[in-house]
Amino acid sequence: MTDIILDIDHQQSSHCESGVISTLLRSKGLKISEPMAFGLSSALTFVYLPMVKIGGLPLIAYRMPPKAIIKAVCKKLKVELDSQNFSNQAKGMQALDDELAKGNLVGLQTSVYWLPYFPEDMRFHFNAHNLVVYGKTAAGNYLISDPVFEHLVECPAEDLQRARFAKGALAAKGRMYVVRNVPSDIDLTPHIYSAINKTAKMMNGLLLPFFGNKGIKFLAKKIRSLVKTKPKYQKLFLGNIVRMQEEIGTGGAGFRFMFASFLAESAKLTNNDDLQAAAKQATEVGDNWREFAMDAVLFCKKRKDLSLDNVADKLESCATQEQALRSTLLAIKG
Amino acid sequence: MNDKDVPQDDSTTYQGQKKLIYAVDDSGNYHGVKSSGWEVESFATQMAVDDLQEQTQDALIQARQGEVSPLAYHMLRLRFDISSLSQTTGFFQWQIKRHLTPKVFNKLSESKLNTYGEVMKLTIAELISLPK
Repeated sequence: MTDIILDIDHQQSSHCESGVISTLLRSKGLKISEPMAFGLSSALTFVYLPMVKIGGLPLIAYRMPPKAIIKAVCKKLKVELDSQNFSNQAKGMQALDDELAKGNLVGLQTSVYWLPYFPEDMRFHFNAHNLVVYGKTAAGNYLISDPVFEHLVECPAEDLQRARFAKGALAAKGRMYVVRNVPSDIDLTPHIYSAINKTAKMMNGLLLPFFGNKGIKFLAKKIRSLVKTKPKYQKLFLGNIVRMQEEIGTGGAGFRFMFASFLAESAKLTNNDDLQAAAKQATEVGDNWREFAMDAVLFCKKRKDLSLDNVADKLESCATQEQALRSTLLAIKG
Repeated sequence: MNDKDVPQDDSTTYQGQKKLIYAVDDSGNYHGVKSSGWEVESFATQMAVDDLQEQTQDALIQARQGEVSPLAYHMLRLRFDISSLSQTTGFFQWQIKRHLTPKVFNKLSESKLNTYGEVMKLTIAELISLPK
Protein backbone atom coordinates (compact mmCIF):
# COMPACT_ATOMS: atom_id res chain seq x y z
CA MET A 1 0.00 0.00 0.00
CA THR A 2 1.19 3.51 -0.75
CA ASP A 3 0.46 6.69 1.11
CA ILE A 4 -2.85 8.41 0.47
CA ILE A 5 -2.54 12.13 0.99
CA LEU A 6 -5.47 14.29 -0.05
CA ASP A 7 -5.37 18.04 -0.50
CA ILE A 8 -6.29 19.85 2.67
CA ASP A 9 -6.41 23.50 3.57
CA HIS A 10 -5.82 23.23 7.32
CA GLN A 11 -6.81 26.30 9.26
CA GLN A 12 -6.65 26.31 13.01
CA SER A 13 -10.05 26.85 14.57
CA SER A 14 -11.38 27.92 17.90
CA HIS A 15 -13.86 25.04 18.19
CA CYS A 16 -13.74 21.54 16.73
CA GLU A 17 -17.22 21.21 15.24
CA SER A 18 -17.43 24.59 13.54
CA GLY A 19 -13.83 24.13 12.38
CA VAL A 20 -14.47 20.72 10.84
CA ILE A 21 -17.54 21.79 8.89
CA SER A 22 -15.74 24.92 7.69
CA THR A 23 -12.80 22.77 6.46
CA LEU A 24 -15.07 20.25 4.74
CA LEU A 25 -17.13 22.94 2.99
CA ARG A 26 -14.02 24.84 1.96
CA SER A 27 -12.65 21.67 0.34
CA LYS A 28 -15.78 21.63 -1.83
CA GLY A 29 -15.35 25.24 -2.84
CA LEU A 30 -17.89 26.73 -0.44
CA LYS A 31 -16.19 29.42 1.62
CA ILE A 32 -17.84 29.43 5.02
CA SER A 33 -15.60 30.70 7.80
CA GLU A 34 -15.60 29.09 11.22
CA PRO A 35 -17.44 31.99 12.90
CA MET A 36 -19.97 32.00 10.05
CA ALA A 37 -20.67 28.27 10.56
CA PHE A 38 -21.00 28.87 14.30
CA GLY A 39 -23.32 31.85 13.88
CA LEU A 40 -25.53 30.31 11.20
CA SER A 41 -26.20 27.30 13.41
CA SER A 42 -27.31 29.52 16.34
CA ALA A 43 -24.97 27.51 18.53
CA LEU A 44 -24.35 30.18 21.15
CA THR A 45 -26.09 29.52 24.44
CA PHE A 46 -25.56 28.78 28.12
CA VAL A 47 -26.45 25.60 29.98
CA TYR A 48 -25.94 24.67 33.62
CA LEU A 49 -27.11 21.18 34.51
CA PRO A 50 -26.52 20.57 38.23
CA MET A 51 -27.83 17.01 38.01
CA VAL A 52 -25.39 15.92 35.30
CA LYS A 53 -22.09 15.31 37.07
CA ILE A 54 -18.71 14.87 35.45
CA GLY A 55 -16.09 13.74 37.94
CA GLY A 56 -18.47 14.84 40.70
CA LEU A 57 -18.88 18.39 39.35
CA PRO A 58 -21.83 19.76 37.37
CA LEU A 59 -21.99 20.14 33.61
CA ILE A 60 -21.74 23.70 32.32
CA ALA A 61 -21.83 24.38 28.59
CA TYR A 62 -21.65 27.55 26.57
CA ARG A 63 -23.01 26.28 23.27
CA MET A 64 -25.56 23.89 21.83
CA PRO A 65 -24.96 20.14 22.23
CA PRO A 66 -22.56 18.27 19.90
CA LYS A 67 -23.67 17.63 16.32
CA ALA A 68 -25.97 20.70 16.37
CA ILE A 69 -23.60 22.92 14.38
CA ILE A 70 -22.91 20.49 11.54
CA LYS A 71 -26.56 19.49 11.31
CA ALA A 72 -27.88 23.05 11.25
CA VAL A 73 -25.32 24.38 8.76
CA CYS A 74 -25.92 21.53 6.32
CA LYS A 75 -29.67 21.79 6.60
CA LYS A 76 -29.77 25.56 6.10
CA LEU A 77 -27.32 25.69 3.23
CA LYS A 78 -28.75 22.54 1.61
CA VAL A 79 -25.41 20.75 1.79
CA GLU A 80 -25.63 17.04 1.17
CA LEU A 81 -23.91 15.35 4.13
CA ASP A 82 -23.54 11.60 4.23
CA SER A 83 -23.29 10.52 7.87
CA GLN A 84 -22.93 6.97 9.16
CA ASN A 85 -22.56 5.08 12.43
CA PHE A 86 -21.10 1.60 12.78
CA SER A 87 -21.76 -1.21 15.19
CA ASN A 88 -18.87 -3.20 13.76
CA GLN A 89 -15.49 -1.56 14.39
CA ALA A 90 -13.65 -3.28 11.52
CA LYS A 91 -16.35 -2.20 9.08
CA GLY A 92 -16.15 1.35 10.42
CA MET A 93 -12.40 1.48 9.80
CA GLN A 94 -12.81 -0.09 6.35
CA ALA A 95 -15.46 2.46 5.40
CA LEU A 96 -13.03 5.23 6.38
CA ASP A 97 -10.29 3.70 4.19
CA ASP A 98 -12.73 3.31 1.28
CA GLU A 99 -13.73 6.98 1.41
CA LEU A 100 -10.08 8.06 1.54
CA ALA A 101 -9.32 5.80 -1.44
CA LYS A 102 -12.12 7.54 -3.34
CA GLY A 103 -10.43 10.86 -2.59
CA ASN A 104 -12.89 12.16 -0.01
CA LEU A 105 -12.02 14.03 3.16
CA VAL A 106 -13.73 12.31 6.08
CA GLY A 107 -15.07 13.90 9.25
CA LEU A 108 -15.02 11.77 12.39
CA GLN A 109 -16.45 12.02 15.89
CA THR A 110 -13.92 10.81 18.46
CA SER A 111 -13.00 10.64 22.13
CA VAL A 112 -10.36 13.15 23.16
CA TYR A 113 -8.89 10.77 25.72
CA TRP A 114 -7.58 8.21 23.24
CA LEU A 115 -5.99 10.65 20.77
CA PRO A 116 -2.28 10.44 21.58
CA TYR A 117 -1.41 13.81 20.10
CA PHE A 118 -3.42 15.69 22.74
CA PRO A 119 -1.46 17.27 25.63
CA GLU A 120 -1.62 14.97 28.65
CA ASP A 121 -3.33 17.52 30.92
CA MET A 122 -6.11 18.13 28.40
CA ARG A 123 -7.03 14.51 27.82
CA PHE A 124 -10.30 13.54 29.41
CA HIS A 125 -13.18 11.25 28.55
CA PHE A 126 -15.14 13.47 26.20
CA ASN A 127 -16.63 11.61 23.26
CA ALA A 128 -17.69 14.37 20.92
CA HIS A 129 -14.48 15.75 19.48
CA ASN A 130 -14.53 16.29 15.72
CA LEU A 131 -11.64 16.04 13.29
CA VAL A 132 -10.93 15.52 9.58
CA VAL A 133 -8.93 12.61 8.18
CA TYR A 134 -7.11 13.59 4.99
CA GLY A 135 -4.96 10.53 4.37
CA LYS A 136 -3.23 7.38 5.49
CA THR A 137 0.44 6.46 5.39
CA ALA A 138 1.78 3.19 3.98
CA ALA A 139 2.63 2.25 7.57
CA GLY A 140 -1.04 2.54 8.49
CA ASN A 141 -1.07 5.84 10.38
CA TYR A 142 -3.91 8.25 9.72
CA LEU A 143 -3.19 11.82 8.69
CA ILE A 144 -5.43 14.20 10.55
CA SER A 145 -6.42 17.82 10.36
CA ASP A 146 -7.56 18.43 13.92
CA PRO A 147 -9.18 21.85 13.82
CA VAL A 148 -8.10 22.97 17.27
CA PHE A 149 -4.43 22.22 16.57
CA GLU A 150 -2.02 24.57 14.92
CA HIS A 151 -0.45 21.94 12.69
CA LEU A 152 -1.49 18.71 10.98
CA VAL A 153 -1.12 15.60 13.13
CA GLU A 154 -0.77 11.85 12.73
CA CYS A 155 -2.48 9.07 14.66
CA PRO A 156 -1.87 5.29 14.71
CA ALA A 157 -4.82 3.24 13.44
CA GLU A 158 -5.32 1.41 16.73
CA ASP A 159 -5.66 4.65 18.70
CA LEU A 160 -8.00 6.20 16.16
CA GLN A 161 -10.20 3.11 16.25
CA ARG A 162 -10.31 3.28 20.04
CA ALA A 163 -11.17 6.99 19.89
CA ARG A 164 -13.98 6.39 17.39
CA PHE A 165 -15.54 3.55 19.29
CA ALA A 166 -15.10 4.62 22.92
CA LYS A 167 -18.33 3.99 24.77
CA GLY A 168 -20.09 6.17 27.31
CA ALA A 169 -21.92 9.48 27.29
CA LEU A 170 -22.22 10.98 23.78
CA ALA A 171 -20.56 7.84 22.36
CA ALA A 172 -19.50 8.43 18.76
CA LYS A 173 -20.35 4.88 17.63
CA GLY A 174 -17.81 5.28 14.85
CA ARG A 175 -19.69 8.29 13.45
CA MET A 176 -18.17 9.41 10.16
CA TYR A 177 -19.39 11.97 7.67
CA VAL A 178 -18.54 13.10 4.16
CA VAL A 179 -19.79 16.17 2.29
CA ARG A 180 -21.15 14.91 -1.04
CA ASN A 181 -22.53 18.03 -2.66
CA VAL A 182 -22.66 21.72 -2.00
CA PRO A 183 -24.99 24.14 -3.80
CA SER A 184 -23.17 26.52 -6.12
CA ASP A 185 -24.95 29.73 -5.29
CA ILE A 186 -25.93 30.68 -1.78
CA ASP A 187 -27.36 33.91 -0.46
CA LEU A 188 -26.36 33.96 3.19
CA THR A 189 -28.33 37.09 4.10
CA PRO A 190 -31.70 35.54 5.05
CA HIS A 191 -29.93 32.76 6.97
CA ILE A 192 -27.88 35.28 8.91
CA TYR A 193 -30.94 37.18 10.12
CA SER A 194 -32.92 34.09 11.03
CA ALA A 195 -29.94 32.61 12.90
CA ILE A 196 -29.39 35.80 14.91
CA ASN A 197 -33.07 35.91 15.78
CA LYS A 198 -33.00 32.30 16.97
CA THR A 199 -29.87 32.87 19.07
CA ALA A 200 -31.45 35.93 20.70
CA LYS A 201 -34.64 34.07 21.52
CA MET A 202 -32.72 31.25 23.18
CA MET A 203 -30.76 33.68 25.35
CA ASN A 204 -33.71 34.22 27.63
CA GLY A 205 -33.76 30.57 28.54
CA LEU A 206 -36.51 28.02 28.30
CA LEU A 207 -39.13 27.20 30.88
CA LEU A 208 -36.58 25.40 33.01
CA PRO A 209 -34.02 27.39 35.02
CA PHE A 210 -30.97 25.75 33.42
CA PHE A 211 -30.62 27.66 30.17
CA GLY A 212 -29.64 31.10 28.91
CA ASN A 213 -29.77 34.05 31.29
CA LYS A 214 -31.80 32.08 33.79
CA GLY A 215 -29.10 29.41 33.81
CA ILE A 216 -26.36 31.98 34.44
CA LYS A 217 -28.30 33.48 37.36
CA PHE A 218 -29.04 30.00 38.69
CA LEU A 219 -25.32 29.23 38.69
CA ALA A 220 -24.61 32.53 40.45
CA LYS A 221 -27.08 31.56 43.15
CA LYS A 222 -25.30 28.23 43.53
CA ILE A 223 -21.97 30.06 43.95
CA ARG A 224 -23.45 32.14 46.79
CA SER A 225 -24.62 28.96 48.51
CA LEU A 226 -21.10 27.51 48.43
CA VAL A 227 -20.39 29.46 51.62
CA LYS A 228 -21.78 26.48 53.48
CA THR A 229 -19.34 24.04 51.87
CA LYS A 230 -15.68 23.24 52.53
CA PRO A 231 -13.04 25.58 51.04
CA LYS A 232 -11.66 22.72 48.98
CA TYR A 233 -15.03 22.07 47.34
CA GLN A 234 -15.47 25.81 46.71
CA LYS A 235 -12.18 25.85 44.86
CA LEU A 236 -12.95 22.75 42.84
CA PHE A 237 -16.41 24.04 41.96
CA LEU A 238 -15.16 27.42 40.76
CA GLY A 239 -12.17 25.82 39.06
CA ASN A 240 -14.57 23.55 37.23
CA ILE A 241 -16.56 26.51 35.90
CA VAL A 242 -13.38 28.12 34.64
CA ARG A 243 -12.21 24.88 33.06
CA MET A 244 -15.53 24.32 31.35
CA GLN A 245 -15.41 27.93 30.27
CA GLU A 246 -11.84 28.27 29.07
CA GLU A 247 -10.00 25.01 28.74
CA ILE A 248 -12.55 22.56 27.46
CA GLY A 249 -13.09 23.20 23.81
CA THR A 250 -13.33 26.85 23.13
CA GLY A 251 -14.85 28.06 26.30
CA GLY A 252 -17.59 30.45 27.16
CA ALA A 253 -15.74 33.65 26.43
CA GLY A 254 -14.24 32.10 23.30
CA PHE A 255 -17.69 31.35 21.93
CA ARG A 256 -18.81 34.93 22.64
CA PHE A 257 -15.78 36.23 20.72
CA MET A 258 -16.49 33.87 17.86
CA PHE A 259 -20.10 35.05 17.77
CA ALA A 260 -18.84 38.65 17.69
CA SER A 261 -16.64 37.76 14.74
CA PHE A 262 -19.68 36.22 13.01
CA LEU A 263 -21.65 39.44 13.56
CA ALA A 264 -18.82 41.55 12.16
CA GLU A 265 -18.48 39.31 9.11
CA SER A 266 -22.25 39.49 8.62
CA ALA A 267 -22.17 43.28 8.91
CA LYS A 268 -19.78 43.43 5.95
CA LEU A 269 -21.78 40.92 3.92
CA THR A 270 -25.07 42.69 4.41
CA ASN A 271 -23.83 46.28 4.75
CA ASN A 272 -25.71 46.58 8.00
CA ASP A 273 -24.00 48.78 10.59
CA ASP A 274 -26.32 47.58 13.34
CA LEU A 275 -24.57 44.22 13.12
CA GLN A 276 -21.17 45.85 13.58
CA ALA A 277 -22.43 47.57 16.72
CA ALA A 278 -23.82 44.28 18.00
CA ALA A 279 -20.41 42.68 17.37
CA LYS A 280 -18.81 45.23 19.64
CA GLN A 281 -21.37 44.49 22.31
CA ALA A 282 -20.82 40.72 22.00
CA THR A 283 -17.08 41.28 22.43
CA GLU A 284 -17.73 43.16 25.65
CA VAL A 285 -19.80 40.21 26.87
CA GLY A 286 -16.88 37.90 26.15
CA ASP A 287 -14.49 40.23 27.95
CA ASN A 288 -16.73 40.21 30.99
CA TRP A 289 -16.80 36.40 31.02
CA ARG A 290 -13.03 36.43 31.07
CA GLU A 291 -13.04 38.87 33.97
CA PHE A 292 -15.38 36.50 35.77
CA ALA A 293 -12.93 33.63 35.19
CA MET A 294 -10.17 35.82 36.59
CA ASP A 295 -12.19 36.65 39.69
CA ALA A 296 -13.05 33.00 40.24
CA VAL A 297 -9.38 32.03 40.09
CA LEU A 298 -8.36 34.93 42.32
CA PHE A 299 -10.85 33.66 44.88
CA CYS A 300 -9.29 30.19 44.66
CA LYS A 301 -5.85 31.70 45.16
CA LYS A 302 -7.14 33.72 48.11
CA ARG A 303 -5.69 36.87 46.62
CA LYS A 304 -7.40 40.16 47.23
CA ASP A 305 -10.47 40.34 49.39
CA LEU A 306 -12.83 38.62 47.04
CA SER A 307 -15.82 36.84 48.53
CA LEU A 308 -18.05 34.26 46.91
CA ASP A 309 -20.69 36.99 46.70
CA ASN A 310 -18.31 39.16 44.64
CA VAL A 311 -17.70 36.28 42.24
CA ALA A 312 -21.43 35.62 41.97
CA ASP A 313 -22.07 39.34 41.37
CA LYS A 314 -19.64 39.28 38.48
CA LEU A 315 -21.38 36.27 36.99
CA GLU A 316 -24.73 38.00 37.33
CA SER A 317 -23.34 40.97 35.46
CA CYS A 318 -22.62 38.54 32.58
CA ALA A 319 -26.30 37.60 32.61
CA THR A 320 -27.35 41.25 32.60
CA GLN A 321 -25.03 41.98 29.69
CA GLU A 322 -26.30 39.03 27.71
CA GLN A 323 -29.81 40.24 28.30
CA ALA A 324 -28.88 43.62 26.83
CA LEU A 325 -27.21 41.90 23.88
CA ARG A 326 -30.39 39.95 23.36
CA SER A 327 -32.43 43.14 23.01
CA THR A 328 -29.92 44.54 20.54
CA LEU A 329 -30.05 41.37 18.47
CA LEU A 330 -33.85 41.23 18.49
CA ALA A 331 -34.00 44.82 17.26
CA ILE A 332 -31.87 44.04 14.20
CA LYS A 333 -33.98 43.87 11.10
CA GLY A 334 -32.81 42.66 7.74
CA MET B 1 -10.84 41.30 23.36
CA ASN B 2 -8.28 43.38 21.56
CA ASP B 3 -5.81 41.25 19.60
CA LYS B 4 -2.92 42.72 21.57
CA ASP B 5 -4.53 41.53 24.80
CA VAL B 6 -4.71 37.88 23.77
CA PRO B 7 -2.72 36.21 26.54
CA GLN B 8 0.61 34.60 25.65
CA ASP B 9 1.47 33.00 28.98
CA ASP B 10 3.23 29.87 27.62
CA SER B 11 1.11 27.61 29.83
CA THR B 12 2.79 24.29 30.58
CA THR B 13 -0.61 22.58 30.36
CA TYR B 14 -0.64 23.40 26.62
CA GLN B 15 2.64 21.49 26.14
CA GLY B 16 3.77 23.85 23.41
CA GLN B 17 0.42 23.81 21.60
CA LYS B 18 -1.51 26.95 20.80
CA LYS B 19 -5.18 27.79 20.83
CA LEU B 20 -7.06 30.06 18.50
CA ILE B 21 -9.09 32.94 19.91
CA TYR B 22 -11.03 35.50 17.89
CA ALA B 23 -10.02 39.03 18.72
CA VAL B 24 -10.51 42.50 17.32
CA ASP B 25 -7.84 44.85 15.98
CA ASP B 26 -7.71 48.62 16.40
CA SER B 27 -9.83 49.25 13.31
CA GLY B 28 -12.59 46.92 14.48
CA ASN B 29 -11.79 43.87 12.32
CA TYR B 30 -12.02 40.41 13.82
CA HIS B 31 -9.49 37.69 13.17
CA GLY B 32 -8.12 34.53 14.79
CA VAL B 33 -5.13 35.01 17.09
CA LYS B 34 -3.01 32.15 18.42
CA SER B 35 -2.60 32.04 22.17
CA SER B 36 0.16 30.12 23.92
CA GLY B 37 -1.85 29.95 27.13
CA TRP B 38 -3.60 31.94 29.78
CA GLU B 39 -2.42 31.92 33.38
CA VAL B 40 -5.99 31.99 34.74
CA GLU B 41 -7.02 28.97 32.71
CA SER B 42 -3.90 26.96 33.43
CA PHE B 43 -4.32 27.57 37.15
CA ALA B 44 -7.79 25.98 36.98
CA THR B 45 -6.46 23.10 34.88
CA GLN B 46 -3.55 22.54 37.23
CA MET B 47 -5.87 22.59 40.25
CA ALA B 48 -8.03 19.87 38.70
CA VAL B 49 -5.02 17.81 37.63
CA ASP B 50 -3.45 18.11 41.09
CA ASP B 51 -6.69 17.07 42.78
CA LEU B 52 -6.95 14.05 40.53
CA GLN B 53 -3.32 13.13 41.17
CA GLU B 54 -3.85 13.42 44.89
CA GLN B 55 -6.87 11.12 44.71
CA THR B 56 -4.89 8.68 42.57
CA GLN B 57 -1.99 8.66 45.03
CA ASP B 58 -4.37 8.09 47.94
CA ALA B 59 -5.95 5.20 46.06
CA LEU B 60 -2.52 3.71 45.40
CA ILE B 61 -1.60 3.85 49.07
CA GLN B 62 -4.94 2.34 50.06
CA ALA B 63 -4.62 -0.35 47.40
CA ARG B 64 -1.16 -1.29 48.69
CA GLN B 65 -2.59 -1.61 52.18
CA GLY B 66 -5.35 -3.81 50.84
CA GLU B 67 -8.14 -1.35 51.67
CA VAL B 68 -9.27 -0.96 48.06
CA SER B 69 -8.72 -3.02 44.93
CA PRO B 70 -6.16 -2.11 42.23
CA LEU B 71 -9.16 -1.15 40.08
CA ALA B 72 -9.68 1.93 42.29
CA TYR B 73 -6.16 3.09 41.49
CA HIS B 74 -6.28 2.36 37.76
CA MET B 75 -9.72 3.96 37.43
CA LEU B 76 -8.49 7.30 38.78
CA ARG B 77 -5.12 7.09 37.04
CA LEU B 78 -6.89 6.75 33.70
CA ARG B 79 -9.28 9.62 34.50
CA PHE B 80 -12.38 7.53 34.90
CA ASP B 81 -14.85 7.75 37.75
CA ILE B 82 -17.55 5.31 38.80
CA SER B 83 -20.13 6.92 36.56
CA SER B 84 -18.00 7.05 33.40
CA LEU B 85 -16.70 3.54 34.06
CA SER B 86 -20.28 2.35 34.39
CA GLN B 87 -21.23 3.99 31.08
CA THR B 88 -18.28 2.47 29.24
CA THR B 89 -18.24 -1.04 30.72
CA GLY B 90 -21.98 -1.51 30.99
CA PHE B 91 -21.66 -2.56 34.65
CA PHE B 92 -24.02 -0.95 37.14
CA GLN B 93 -22.50 1.59 39.50
CA TRP B 94 -23.24 -0.63 42.50
CA GLN B 95 -21.35 -3.45 40.81
CA ILE B 96 -18.32 -1.24 40.24
CA LYS B 97 -18.45 -0.07 43.85
CA ARG B 98 -18.24 -3.72 44.93
CA HIS B 99 -15.38 -4.32 42.49
CA LEU B 100 -13.47 -1.55 44.23
CA THR B 101 -13.17 -3.76 47.32
CA PRO B 102 -10.28 -6.27 47.23
CA LYS B 103 -12.47 -9.10 48.50
CA VAL B 104 -14.84 -8.97 45.52
CA PHE B 105 -12.22 -7.88 42.99
CA ASN B 106 -9.92 -10.83 43.75
CA LYS B 107 -12.70 -13.24 42.81
CA LEU B 108 -13.78 -11.51 39.61
CA SER B 109 -14.24 -13.75 36.58
CA GLU B 110 -11.85 -13.43 33.68
CA SER B 111 -14.62 -12.11 31.44
CA LYS B 112 -15.40 -9.26 33.84
CA LEU B 113 -11.71 -8.41 34.14
CA ASN B 114 -11.52 -8.48 30.35
CA THR B 115 -14.35 -5.97 30.10
CA TYR B 116 -12.43 -3.57 32.34
CA GLY B 117 -9.20 -4.27 30.46
CA GLU B 118 -10.78 -3.51 27.12
CA VAL B 119 -12.27 -0.21 28.20
CA MET B 120 -9.13 0.90 30.04
CA LYS B 121 -6.65 -0.47 27.48
CA LEU B 122 -4.96 -2.68 30.08
CA THR B 123 -4.04 -6.37 30.11
CA ILE B 124 -5.47 -8.42 32.96
CA ALA B 125 -1.95 -8.66 34.43
CA GLU B 126 -1.70 -4.86 34.42
CA LEU B 127 -5.19 -4.43 35.83
CA ILE B 128 -4.61 -6.62 38.87
CA SER B 129 -1.17 -5.29 39.69
CA LEU B 130 0.13 -2.06 41.20
CA PRO B 131 3.30 -0.13 40.32
CA LYS B 132 6.35 -1.05 42.40
